[in-house]
Amino acid sequence: MAEARRAVERPLSPHLSIYARQINMVMSILHRLTGAALYFGTLLLAAWLIAAAMGEAQFAAVSAIFAHPIGKLVLFGYTWALAHHMLGGMRHLLWDTGRGLQIWQVDVLSWLTIVGSVALTLAIWAVALLDGGL
Amino acid sequence: MAYRTPLARVRGLGSAKSGADHFWKQRLTAVANIVLVAFAIWLVAKLAGADHATAKRTLAQPYYAVPLLLLVLSGTVHMRLGMQTIIEDYVHSEGRKVAALMLNSFFCVLVGLSCAYAVLKLGFGA
Repeated sequence: MAEARRAVERPLSPHLSIYARQINMVMSILHRLTGAALYFGTLLLAAWLIAAAMGEAQFAAVSAIFAHPIGKLVLFGYTWALAHHMLGGMRHLLWDTGRGLQIWQVDVLSWLTIVGSVALTLAIWAVALLDGGL
Repeated sequence: MAYRTPLARVRGLGSAKSGADHFWKQRLTAVANIVLVAFAIWLVAKLAGADHATAKRTLAQPYYAVPLLLLVLSGTVHMRLGMQTIIEDYVHSEGRKVAALMLNSFFCVLVGLSCAYAVLKLGFGA
C-alpha cells in the first residue's frame, strides 16, 4: 500500500510559458480578470444604492467619493471591465453555437473584443460627461 | 453488483449530479445581463452627479426599480457561478476550496440582498 501512495513523476502537459503569446489567449486571461474585478466592483453599485436608500448625507458622501479623480478613475476602469467582459461574453455565446471557431475568425473576434471594449468605454464616458453632470 | 456500463453512469446528470445546470445558468444570466447591464449603465450615466432628491425620485419609478432588481438577481447569480469556476480552477486543497466556495456564496447573497433591499426601499418611496 505504501508503494502505491509513492509520488510518481508523471509527465506534465506544456505550461503557459512555452507558448507564444496569442491574442485569443490574452483575451481569455482578460475575460477572467475582468470577471473577477466586476465581482468585487459590484460593491460600488451596492454602495451607491444603499447610500441612496439611507439618506441625503450618505448619498452625498458616496457621490463625493465617485466624483473624486481617483473615484472617477476606478469607475472608468470598472466601465472598461464591464464592456470587455460583456463583449467577450457575447463572443463566448457565439462560440457556444459552434460558429466563429476558425483560427482567423477567433483572431478577428479577439481584436474586435479589445478594440470594441475601449471604444464602448470611451463612448459611455463621453455621453455621461456631455449629458450628465459628472 | 452493478450491471450498468461506465457510459450509462455518466449519462444524464453526470458525475457532479447537476448535469449542465451550471453551464446553462451561466449562459441564461449572461444573456439577461447584456440587456440589464446596458440599462444600468444608461441609468447610472443619467443619474451621474444628480442630487439625492433626483436619484430618489428616479429610483422610486417601477420602470427603473424593477429592471434594477432583475439585474441584482441575474448579476449576483452570474458572478457566483463565475467565481465558483475560478475557485475550482485554482484552489486545490479540499478544505480551503470548500471554505472559499462558501465565502463566495455568502458574498454574493450579501451583495444581492443588500442591493435588493435598497432598491425596494427606494422603489416603495420610503
